[in-house]
Order: sequence, then structure tokens, then C-alpha cells
Amino acid sequence: MPVLCSSCSEKRAVLKRPKTGHSLCKACFFWAFEEEVHQTIVAAKLFRPGETVGIAASGGKDSTVLAHVMKLLNERHGYGLELMLISVDEGITGYRDDSLETVKRNQQQYELPLKIVSYEELYGWTMDAIVKQVGLKNNCTFCGVFRRQALDRGAIMLKVDKICTGHNADDVAETVLMNILRGDIARLRRCTAISTASEGDGVVPRCKPLKYAYEKEIVLYAYFKKLDYFSTECIYSPNAYRGYARTFLKDLESIRPSSIMDIIHSGENLSVREGVKMPVQGTCSRCGYISSQALCKSCVLLEGLNRGLPKLGIGKHHRLHEKILSQQPLTEHEQRKLKSVDF
Amino acid sequence: MCSGSCNGEFRGSRNSEHLLCVQVLLAVSGGPSSCSMLSQVQEGVSQNAHKKLRFFPGIVYIDEGGALGQCKEMRQKTTSELCDMFRSTGFPFYILPLEQVLDLPGSVLTPSPPSDQPGSVYKAAVDLFLQSGDSSSDGKAEEQECVSLPAVQESHTRLLQQLIGSAQTLTAKQDLLNTFRQHLLVHTARTRGYSKLMQGDSCTRLAVKLLTSISLGRGAQLAQDTGFSDCRYGGVTVVRPMREYSAKEIAYYNHMFKVPSVVIPNLDTKMPDKASIQRLTQNFVTKLQADFHSTVSTIYRTGEKLQTAGRGSSAAEDAERCVLCVCGLDTAAEEASALQATLISEQLSQSSVKPEPPANVGQCCSSERPCGGAEGTGDCCRSSRDHEATDLRSLLCYSCRRTVRDMSSVDCLPQYVLSVAQRRQNRSAMKEQISEFLLDDADENN
Repeated sequence: MPVLCSSCSEKRAVLKRPKTGHSLCKACFFWAFEEEVHQTIVAAKLFRPGETVGIAASGGKDSTVLAHVMKLLNERHGYGLELMLISVDEGITGYRDDSLETVKRNQQQYELPLKIVSYEELYGWTMDAIVKQVGLKNNCTFCGVFRRQALDRGAIMLKVDKICTGHNADDVAETVLMNILRGDIARLRRCTAISTASEGDGVVPRCKPLKYAYEKEIVLYAYFKKLDYFSTECIYSPNAYRGYARTFLKDLESIRPSSIMDIIHSGENLSVREGVKMPVQGTCSRCGYISSQALCKSCVLLEGLNRGLPKLGIGKHHRLHEKILSQQPLTEHEQRKLKSVDF
Repeated sequence: MCSGSCNGEFRGSRNSEHLLCVQVLLAVSGGPSSCSMLSQVQEGVSQNAHKKLRFFPGIVYIDEGGALGQCKEMRQKTTSELCDMFRSTGFPFYILPLEQVLDLPGSVLTPSPPSDQPGSVYKAAVDLFLQSGDSSSDGKAEEQECVSLPAVQESHTRLLQQLIGSAQTLTAKQDLLNTFRQHLLVHTARTRGYSKLMQGDSCTRLAVKLLTSISLGRGAQLAQDTGFSDCRYGGVTVVRPMREYSAKEIAYYNHMFKVPSVVIPNLDTKMPDKASIQRLTQNFVTKLQADFHSTVSTIYRTGEKLQTAGRGSSAAEDAERCVLCVCGLDTAAEEASALQATLISEQLSQSSVKPEPPANVGQCCSSERPCGGAEGTGDCCRSSRDHEATDLRSLLCYSCRRTVRDMSSVDCLPQYVLSVAQRRQNRSAMKEQISEFLLDDADENN
């Protein structure tokens, strides 16, 4: 006895939605998924007509689906947006160069302009070289910090008004959990926001249209739509702390599928006590990027790499900012502490 | 870690103004943490304590054997072990079966006004205390109510089991059990004249509780669930003095000072790791703590920096409190929120009518107006059972809604919950009828 789609009640259901458990046919699922993203965009007022929007594309499933859906909704609902693809090349052999091929194919399929920025040209370091110096434990910190700036630089080169990223519900829920585990109250407050504030030069506001889409549904969508994407894990990521939060989240989802949305709901309703010290936004004294310290994180990390002190930037280092800014040499004791790396 | 400094920390952690010269009810579960708390209180109020604790403690134990399906003999055995332990302390104690929760009055869900204002009656309380010639051991013998487990009717036990059994998932079962246990504790404290309820949650347990609460959708109520004091019940304040001790420290203390405790099984005892969210979180935190030793304390410190979101404060009206957990409601589906997104998803997966984004999510149609079909929550009025379930949902906070969703029938809920729910729905319907004539809500708080 075939199960009928619970939405149209006519066609046979071909999938069960991870988010709500309903059985849907292909067409109704596509429509529901796209409509939900549309509702998110409209309710959160993410875009204005006439804006140029850069889609952060990595070639992975989230950004491929994002590009596809953004193009579709732009045409279907007449957002009036000009869309472009921005991609970041971290210089990871065997991973990023393959996924970039996918992005180039996407560019042709969707007929969107593409800009690729690389760590090599921006910072003079590829991730391969960084991992050789830093090891496999803290490398994700470098990559994440550099990528954020790289996206902004690419966006400015393309002169876009906004960036949209493919972060999905699972990512946001993981981030909430991670910030609690790390005790990062400042990020905890901000991480469930769907778009970032737009102050500061050198910073382009960014948003997450897929914020309420489950990762599994994104995969289902890409599968049934036969979208072309690159699906390998980054080769340097297995030891990241985020992995713990991710495993926990996956287990939670298996017990109660709605937990992902429940965590996001919790995150949105958190309220921080008054009097808790929060970082204040300023600018980096060296490169002018936004920063809550004298030097932005990527300048500190770069300094560490260039001086052969890989641990500079991991852990507390505010006291050394003045020294770095004024180009003073560090004492031997400090150097020794910062050099040791456990692989 | 000497006894003196331990006890000093214990006293310090209790924020002394809270607890001077008042009746304090200690909720003891028999486990190491609450027994440790009992032992420290005992030490503190004894005659020769260095800085004597000045309050009148009582002990309460809730026997949950009925919900776990334990046999009468087992329950009797556990109870008499605990009875002996409590008797040796000299404090008055009460042993209650969880079945009593079925007979609670509706007033337990309403925060009562605080009975003692700290400033004004403080002097009177101090005088009373001094006159009573110092508390504990001697005078209290005749006040001890050692009731071996009061006779529990079979039918009550069956009803309780039905109630817990109506929840399809272990997560929901545990959530319900915790809620009803808390109700019974608060009711006991109120009726016996205790203004404070002390619970023995350790730092480790609170860190697990924090993560569990986040996973269940209780972000808005975190501060009340895991903070030092919880004022949601009004007259009775729940305090957690053991929150600065980790489970390990408590274990060491108990070992060194030979504090007795009783092993009592729980709903998730011997269950597999992923049986419930509570169990999964506990395993996760414990394992992570083994690799990263600062996990528990970091989670705990994060929790300390949070507060109850806006409307959840003790000043919230009745109608804005959840009918199960008595916390402020967090279900105003604002634009671009997770709640709204979930509702939209449910609508899109079901009806074939193109939906409007729901305008007012909190209310289903009342029984007088005809149901608008795809409007509102979208699952109105298909059957009277659905109708009841939906109506109850509007009176629950986000996570209690999830729990009730896992129940096969809301009729199994105790009478006091259903009658309070009915009353609030009636008032809400009344208010809607006369809403255009109301000038302000000032008199709602009466």
C-alpha cells in the first residue's frame, strides 16, 4: 500500500521529511523547501531590491543548493537581486582544488559571475604550508579566521552589497553548543542572528538564508534535483573541537529530530545578565579590519606564522599586541612558549 | 580539603541573607549529592559549629517507585533505610509517594505571594529564634513525623503509571517525572510552612542540566533551571547550595566523612546511551570532561552569566506562565524565529492551500468560532482530541509543548493541570470577547 504525499494527497510519497516527519512527493518537497527559504528571506528582510549579493560558494552541498535556490527564488519572486559567486581557495591539495572545479561548473550552469580569492595571494600562506608549521590540532582556527577576511576582501573586489553563506540549521545548532562548551558568551549571543550588522569599512554584511533548513533536507534536495556538488570532508579537520559538538548533535537528532530547531530556539531566547563584560568592536591598528582587540586575529596569526611562532594567536596573547605592533622582538621565554607545538 | 573549609564554602555559597531564621526544606533523593547536603546542614546547625547556620531544616523524600514500576516490598525497604537515616539527624522529615501528585490542588501552579518580607519580619524572626533556645536535636524528637510509606492505593499507582506511560519517549517521561516531582516538593514546602526548598544539584549535574535544557528548547528558562535561586513558585524559593561542588568533590567528601547514601534507580538507569536526551547529554559531558578537564566548570560559568529572558520574571501574569513548568512562556512566534519556521514547515508539509504566515500563533480557535481551516496553527478541530491537545499547547512553553507532543493522550495529565488549563482558556476566551472594552490589564494580577 503506497503512502500518499501528505501535502497534495495525490502522488505517491518518495521521501520522509527529516524536519517534520511528513511523507512528501518530490514536487511538494521541492516546493516546501523553496517556500521555507523564501519565507525566511522575507520575514527577516534579508535583501532589498537592486542589491548585489555575493553567494559564498565552496562547491559543497550547502553552497550549491544555496546558489540554486537563490537563483530560482530571485526569478520566481522577483527579488531584483544581482547574484554572484565568491569562492575561497585555501590551498589544500586534493580537497580544495577539486571542489573549486565544482564551483566553476556551477558558474557555468547558473551563468553567474565568479571570483576566486586565495590565501596565497592574500596572506602568502596556503593551508598546506600552515599545517606543516602548526600541526593538526589548531589548524582550523587559522583557516576559519583567514577565510572570513578572504570572503570580505573578495566581496569588496566584486563590489557586492551583501554576502550570503550556506550555513544551515545544523551548523547554527552546533555553533550554539560549541559556544556553551567554550564559554564564549559574546559569540553565544550573536551566533543565532540570521544576519550580521553592517558597520565598518572593509566589512560586508552577511546573512544565512538556509538558517532553518536541516542538513539532511539540503542533501535530499540536492539528490532529487540531481545537483552537482563535491562531498568530501576537509582532510585537515578530523581533530577539530567542533567534531564533538557535531557528534552530539547527530545523536540528539537521532533521538528527537526536532532537537536541531529546539537548540536554535533556545539560542534565540538566551538572555545575558547585565554587567557581564562584553568585547567592544573597534578596528585593527595594522590592517583596519574590524577587531575587538588592538590587533585583529588574522594579523596576530600571520605574525605568528611569519616569525615561526605557531602558537601565537592560539590562547591568550593580548599582552603581546603592543610588542608586535611596534616590531619589538619577543623575549626568549615568550618565544619558547610560543614555538612548542604538539602534533 | 578539610571539613571546616568545606562547610565554610557551603555556608558562603548560600548567600546568607536568603536563609537566616527561616524554615528550609531539604529535598533529599537519597543520592550522594543530596545526602552530602544533608550532612553539611546537620553539621552546620549543630551546637558546636564554628559559624552556626541559623535556620530550621526539614527533610522531604519523594518515593518514585510507583512510576518506575517497583514492587511494594522494594519501596518499603528503601523507605525504611532512608527513614533510619533521617531519624538520626533529628530534623522533622516527610516521606511522600509520588502518587500524591495526582491529588494536588491547582494552586500549586500559581506563584503564591512571598509570605515573609525579609526586612520587616527579620527582627521578629531573630527574636523567635533566640527564644526557641537554639534548634535541633533535643526538642525535635516529638516533631518527627516518621511515617513509613503511607498506604498507597493500587488505583493511584496505576494512574501514575498510566500518566508516565502515556509519554512515548523516555525523554518525555523523564521530563514529566521531573516536573511532577517538583510540583509535589513545592506543594509540600508550602503546606508545611517552609519558605525555602534546598535541592542538592552538584556542579556536574547542573552542567548536564544546562546542556539538556538547551537541547530541549528551554533556553529562555535556563537561569531558573540552573541558577542558584529559582523564584518561579513565588512563596517558595528553590535554592541550590551544592552547585559549586563537582560530583567528584562530593564523592571525596562523602568518602572521607562517611556520609551514608542510598542507591535508588531512576527511569534511565541501565538504559542504553541514546535512550533519552538526558542520558545522552550526561554521557557526553562526562566523556568530554575526561578529555578536557575544564568542560564542566566552563559550562557552569556560562550558565551563571545568563538570566531569565524578559517576560519570564516573577512579575509575569498567570496567563503568561506555562501550565506545566510554571515558567514564563517563550512562544511568541516573532518574525524570523525558529518557532515560526517550524510552524511554517508543518503547514507546508500538510495542507494543499497556500498558507499565509501565521499571524497569531498562541491561540487556536475557541470552540465558539468556526475553525478557519488552514489558518492559525493549521491542525485545528479535526477531532475533539486534537482540539484539546492544541488548546493545551497554547498554554505551554516551547519545551513542554514538545513533551506533550510525545504523549499519546493529554487526558492522562493530573486533574489539577487540566482544570487550571481549562480555567485559563476560559479566561482567555472571555478576555478576547471583551478586549475592545478593556482599558488596561492592571487588575489581572489579583
